[in-house]
Amino acid sequence: MKQAAFEARYLHEIERFEKWLDLGRRKWRRNDTADRAALQTGDVPAAYRHLCQLMALARDRQYSPDLVDRLNHLVLRGHHVLYGPAGGQRAQLFAFLASGFPTVVRTERSLVVTAAILFFGPFLLLLAAVQFYPDFVLHFVSPAQLAQYEEMYDADNVRLGQRNSDDNIMMFAFYIWHNVKIGIQTFATGMAFGLGSIFYLVFNGTIIGAISGYLTSAGHGEPFWSFVSGHSAMELTAIVLSGAAGLKLGSALIAPGNRTRKGALIEAAKPAIRIMYGAALMFLIAAFIEGFWSPLKIFSPQIKYAVGIILWALVLSYFFLGGRRRGT
Amino acid sequence: MLDTARRVATPEGIEITLRVAGPVPRALAYLLDLVIRIVIMVAISISVAMLGRFGLAVFLLSAFLLEWLYPVVFEVLGSGATPGKRAMGLIVLNDDGTPIRWPASLTRNLLRALDFLPFMYFIGYCSMVANRDFKRLGDLAANTLVVYREQKPTTARIPEADPVAPLLPLSLSEQRTLLDFAERSARITPDRAAELAEIISPLAAEQNGPAAVQHIVGIANHLVGRR
Repeated sequence: MKQAAFEARYLHEIERFEKWLDLGRRKWRRNDTADRAALQTGDVPAAYRHLCQLMALARDRQYSPDLVDRLNHLVLRGHHVLYGPAGGQRAQLFAFLASGFPTVVRTERSLVVTAAILFFGPFLLLLAAVQFYPDFVLHFVSPAQLAQYEEMYDADNVRLGQRNSDDNIMMFAFYIWHNVKIGIQTFATGMAFGLGSIFYLVFNGTIIGAISGYLTSAGHGEPFWSFVSGHSAMELTAIVLSGAAGLKLGSALIAPGNRTRKGALIEAAKPAIRIMYGAALMFLIAAFIEGFWSPLKIFSPQIKYAVGIILWALVLSYFFLGGRRRGT
Repeated sequence: MLDTARRVATPEGIEITLRVAGPVPRALAYLLDLVIRIVIMVAISISVAMLGRFGLAVFLLSAFLLEWLYPVVFEVLGSGATPGKRAMGLIVLNDDGTPIRWPASLTRNLLRALDFLPFMYFIGYCSMVANRDFKRLGDLAANTLVVYREQKPTTARIPEADPVAPLLPLSLSEQRTLLDFAERSARITPDRAAELAEIISPLAAEQNGPAAVQHIVGIANHLVGRR
């Protein structure tokens, strides 16, 4: 078939499809039947498949470039519409929280445990070391910073963990901005063969351990621990999970198995980003607790410790038990 | 075909053509987005300046959202492009040519934290020039492509002329070249068209100038089957 005959026969159909694409999303849903000659939304998949066939023919028969380009353009637009995002994302979010998140964390448990050791190892080590050699802290934190921390956890402050010039909502915003950023850095730099994640996990574990140890040995133990106990479960777990997600990317590059490194990376990124969704949400909850609950002084330290322990128990049981079906 | 064209197979068994975008238009798009974000931040900081610490909270939260979620929201809900990318005619797609969704967009945008290092997207730039699809590390992990948004193609048709049968048998690709020339002849200057037509004067019956163009357009009319 020559091009002129092809156009005479199919141009009408091509223009009909183009007209439907130009209607836009809202009118597709409404499926306006006012124009009888126009393409109906229900008939679009069939029309699209036929358009694909026309394009393949036009290309194979070496019709003029403008016609082939036009068909390519229409097929591409149709492709975007037909294979575009579907709805139902709200239900997915609930399913993710109820089972998807703890399941993916359990699937990657070896990496999560590795990340936890990389973080809590230096943390406990420094916490203990500074008890015996308080000056050791100066290797990691400058005296000026220490003075700042001492001011934050002064027993006479109006609120715990905050200087008197700070206020709750400002600190809440600050914690989100600061902590999620650390989480994202810990995750993203893991793509450098895991090195970045390892660095940030060890680095943060060391600094947090050193400061906790110092404040405890310097006699600010009670205000400090009653401040951090509430949000520690969410926040520290979220850092560890960010690190685990980063290690997932790094390990795919180090040991891709029987795939190309690129293929392995793409595969690894899927569970990794799911872990990051959850970690980001945990950072958010942690910031909320840290901004509004942790600074409260009206509750005794015992209550705050109890809440902290309960939250740790909840977080751990969520990851150990969440999303397991009965009988499996 | 240009080497930036990528063919992507679809489930319908055909291939569509995408043109990947290089570092320069992407950097410009990024700068445009940066300017937009800075303007928004300045506007927010002016409007909340009176609110003291609450204002600072609003400022910090919006700084956070603009830094990490600005590109994601636009890429997923705004048909694949941030305002900067839209201005540069770019769009982000999955490797198979489909629009991107939340996981892919988040992956590529969170990994900016690595691509950005050590300064000014140096790692991202090295990654882009080291692979044929101009992917930065975020694109590699998310399996996404930044391509040029398809312009609405020109629908210039081959000018009508009396069909002339070619004097020589023509291969398919030669036929296509002549069709391409006939379509373009209306868009380029007559002098340039004549110049191009004279290159193949044996086909144009040894004519020169506008007559040669006319002759080749005639052959094109014959090839598409006009009577």
